[in-house]
Amino acid sequence: MTATSNVPAPAQDGGSEVPFIAAFLAVGALLALFIAARTPDAMMSAHAMMFLLAFIAGAFALVHHASSGNRLTQDVYEMGVVKAGVFASVFWGVAGFLVGVIIAAQLAFPNLLYFEDLGWTNFGRLRPLHTSAVIFAFGGNVLMSTSFYVVQRTCRARLFGGLTPWVVFWGYNLFIVIAATGYLMGVTQSREYAEPEWYADIWLTIIWVLYLVVFLGTLLKRKEPHIYVANWFYLAFIVTIAMLHIVNNLAIPVSLLSTKSYSLFPGVQDALTQWWYGHNAVGFFLTAGFLAIMYYFIPKRAERPVYSYRLSIIHFWSLIFIYIWAGPHHLHYTALPEWAQTLGMTFSVMLWMPSWGGMINGLMTLSGAWDKLRTDPVIRMLIVSVAFYGMSTFEGPLMSVRAVNSLSHYTDWTIGHVHSGALGWVGYVSFGALYCLVPWLWKRKQLYSNALVEWHFWVSTIGILLYITSMWVSGIMQGLMWRAYNSLGFLEYSFVETVDAMHPYYVIRMTGGLLFLIGALIMAYNLWRTAKGDVRAREFAASPALAPAE
Amino acid sequence: MLDRHDILEKRGLLLTVAILVVVSIGGIIEIAPLFYLESTIERVQGVRPYSPLELAGRNVYVREGCYTCHSQMIRPLRDEVERYGHYSLAAESMYDHPFQWGSKRTGPDLARVGGKYSDAWHVEHMIDPRALVPESVMPPYKFLASSIIDPDDAPEWLKANRAVGVPYTDEMIENAAADLKTQHDPFAADFDNFVARYPKAHVRDFDGNPGAITEMDALISYLQVLGTMVDFSVYEPEENYR
Amino acid sequence: MYETLSSIAQTWGLVLFVIAFGLVLVYALSPKNKQKFDHAKRIPLDEGDE
Repeated sequence: MTATSNVPAPAQDGGSEVPFIAAFLAVGALLALFIAARTPDAMMSAHAMMFLLAFIAGAFALVHHASSGNRLTQDVYEMGVVKAGVFASVFWGVAGFLVGVIIAAQLAFPNLLYFEDLGWTNFGRLRPLHTSAVIFAFGGNVLMSTSFYVVQRTCRARLFGGLTPWVVFWGYNLFIVIAATGYLMGVTQSREYAEPEWYADIWLTIIWVLYLVVFLGTLLKRKEPHIYVANWFYLAFIVTIAMLHIVNNLAIPVSLLSTKSYSLFPGVQDALTQWWYGHNAVGFFLTAGFLAIMYYFIPKRAERPVYSYRLSIIHFWSLIFIYIWAGPHHLHYTALPEWAQTLGMTFSVMLWMPSWGGMINGLMTLSGAWDKLRTDPVIRMLIVSVAFYGMSTFEGPLMSVRAVNSLSHYTDWTIGHVHSGALGWVGYVSFGALYCLVPWLWKRKQLYSNALVEWHFWVSTIGILLYITSMWVSGIMQGLMWRAYNSLGFLEYSFVETVDAMHPYYVIRMTGGLLFLIGALIMAYNLWRTAKGDVRAREFAASPALAPAE
Repeated sequence: MLDRHDILEKRGLLLTVAILVVVSIGGIIEIAPLFYLESTIERVQGVRPYSPLELAGRNVYVREGCYTCHSQMIRPLRDEVERYGHYSLAAESMYDHPFQWGSKRTGPDLARVGGKYSDAWHVEHMIDPRALVPESVMPPYKFLASSIIDPDDAPEWLKANRAVGVPYTDEMIENAAADLKTQHDPFAADFDNFVARYPKAHVRDFDGNPGAITEMDALISYLQVLGTMVDFSVYEPEENYR
Repeated sequence: MYETLSSIAQTWGLVLFVIAFGLVLVYALSPKNKQKFDHAKRIPLDEGDE
């Protein structure tokens, strides 16, 4: 195909959404002002003020945009919002990894890093800050920006909705700020991975629906007859997260002026609803969404089509069908009825197959071009991410077996498992995508430095290995210590003896996390210089893979 | 051309609907039965809604993210039952909104911590965990001792809990603010009525500072009631096998 | 109620899911769709440049 036949004419939509956005900002600002003025709750007041400032800033931006003659209609594709998403991804990534290192250090050195007068720096408040920052802020921005890029390129259509993608971007990041500041102030539902309180949840729901509208709208106006498989995964991610978020966060607020709410569901029902949500945050946020990245960026970077399109279809439908049942494996041997636990375990084991279907598809895309692993560190990062995906999706079904879970549950083994998926799979596939995106978006021939990508890769990989091996050892050790009996038939260890035994592993884990953070900082620097248009002296000439296909 | 475009549009929507159907099935089949199957929650005696002070303590527990390190779910495994006590029943968290079963034991399980330690131990431990347990990695919660609770907030908490299904009576809601104060003062006039409303509630000053009702009082009153409500002398495990 | 539902799930539910999976297999593997998929898998590579 020739290049010209593929290029859509400059889009002329946009503009009609401006009055709606203006009305949206105005209503939001009035509501925020009302709540800020009326609430007796200082934390609600602070959050209402943040919303108000955001709406006012949004109004200024809108006026500026309208008065500067609608710049958005100039280009074929809307890439500005993708660039903003790349910035946000790198920023939140570094911030989230940093908080992770801090809380790891708190567990390793509690005497140094707890302050009795600074309750907001306690582990219980910072840990949700870490998980939300890496999953929702870093991961979420990576998913949004790559999905906006991929859907435009593979549909050969400009993003739907004119300025709406910008509302989605800023609205989502406002949600992050509200959630994060809330945790520090003590505003939390304390439901794992669903900590933001009711008003932040409502705000996210609005933004998420707009995200679906933008994504689906772009799909519907596509010039390409087929919907490329990456978009299926993005769509499943967006639709399912909407369902999970809305159902799981059903709650009754103490009052409309209060930050506090009580979950609609009690005890055991709340537990299963929460883990139905929690496990599928893994399944659809951290898996389906990032598989979409795999299905676009690996073929694109390797310049070869995906290994098997048929396999991608089979594994897509099996994956999304089976994943949703897996939640109860988080509740083995609890007060959840046994039939539900068994169902969850069965489907978790079955999940191994579609997961490895995806892994094989990603890895084998490189078949016939394995030398790129050696020559292109970005490809290596992407492929290693898929290898980590394969490893943690083997470990997951294993840990979901009740007998194994009786040992692993409540221990650091779970933490290690999560991080092999989060650092190895989600982290690396995101870094790989960012290394691809920045030269493409800023129209640079190559990255500032491939050597720095090598450094990033090796420093982070050592970090991940330290992290997950230390957590395996400490987790299994603690699990065994808890159930150890002495020759007289008494429990061998008191609880605190098992805590004491963790100390060296907590130090190793912290070191691993620190290396991962250093790797991310190297990346941030490299991407910054790339965007500026610099090329490091003594770098090789641009490899062909670095420029978008002609 | 127009017709073809129409079909394509429908396909994008069709895909969305198909995804929604496929991902709904598992959740509906697993979660919905929990709400109507009677066997989901055991029949037990003694579990009651939290008193206003205990609920205030639970609010603190939730606010501070204690679940990130402490579980409240004892599994029916030999070592856990010996270490922590009788395995947890679904009935014991039937009034918990949200549940706080947790997923990680950086610290020990708290499902039956009630009555295990004295109030004074808890106060000292919250102020400086390593003063009592040198190997502990728990953060200090000294600030709870100087954080005063406003009893007038209590009726709103109870009302919201009633809205999500906790059987607080009108009488409990009317007396919520007074009950919160009563639980802090064993010589309060309404002591008998309070204990009738909340059987087996501990009534005393918990943090060694009788002059003020603090978040420390509230949290300790919550911890001291955890896992103590069920009357296990009349509990029949065989009848409740699920 | 519980017995009825669980027996339906264990018989017809299983059959239904097997059929659904079969339909996915047929769609993915049918030779009729091969050309379509061969085109689709090249979408990321055949994009025009702006």
